[in-house]
Amino acid sequence: MIELMLVTSLVLFGLTIAITLIRIILGPSLADRIFGLDMIGITLISVIAIVSILLNTNVFLDVILIFGILAFISTIAFGKYMERGVIIERKRDS
Amino acid sequence: MKQIKSNDVMLRTVTRVVTFIILSFSLYLFFAGHNAPGGGFIGGLMTASALLLMYLAFDMKTLRKALPFDFTALISIGLLLAIGTGVTTMLLGYPFLTQFFAYFQLPIIGETELTTALPFDLGIFLVVVGIALTITLTIAEDDK
Repeated sequence: MIELMLVTSLVLFGLTIAITLIRIILGPSLADRIFGLDMIGITLISVIAIVSILLNTNVFLDVILIFGILAFISTIAFGKYMERGVIIERKRDS
Repeated sequence: MKQIKSNDVMLRTVTRVVTFIILSFSLYLFFAGHNAPGGGFIGGLMTASALLLMYLAFDMKTLRKALPFDFTALISIGLLLAIGTGVTTMLLGYPFLTQFFAYFQLPIIGETELTTALPFDLGIFLVVVGIALTITLTIAEDDK
């Protein structure tokens, strides 16, 4: 019963990723694509959690934290590229 | 058109908190590598990403004053550590890169297994941090 529920949620998460991928491909602006990529990263965290319940192991819990950190840093880097044009500034101008 | 000066106080405040969390997580990954997933490589990458987050939130001049390391020197220090663990066992009469381990009673943690694989892993850690930051900062420093 529990396994059926977990597999169902995996299918629903796959549908979420597919719909987000459509938004990334069709997205009219750069911000839509960045949000789509961030949302795919967050959804993959949930997928990893459910897979680690299904496989009955807890060695994937580090992967969840690493995915969260990497999604955060990459979103900030894309946002700075969108706003300023450079990612790492040479000198603060304020 | 004049560029509007932006004030990213939220990014800088979040960075001050999150950097400590990422650095402690990378230290956990480094020390857990003997019995659990983790190790020198992924711990070094997490440390490099924490420093990269500080470079993203602040600028290069401030960070050079705050972290006055030469990251290319970190690569050579790490390689010397990794080779030194091998050569030390060679000087004692054992083959190259022989590993030893023993159990010690440490004051707070209790009985702990200390191995000579830890300095080797520390060498990998320093090499990975040095290479990742050298590549990133060299690309970021060039003029357009």
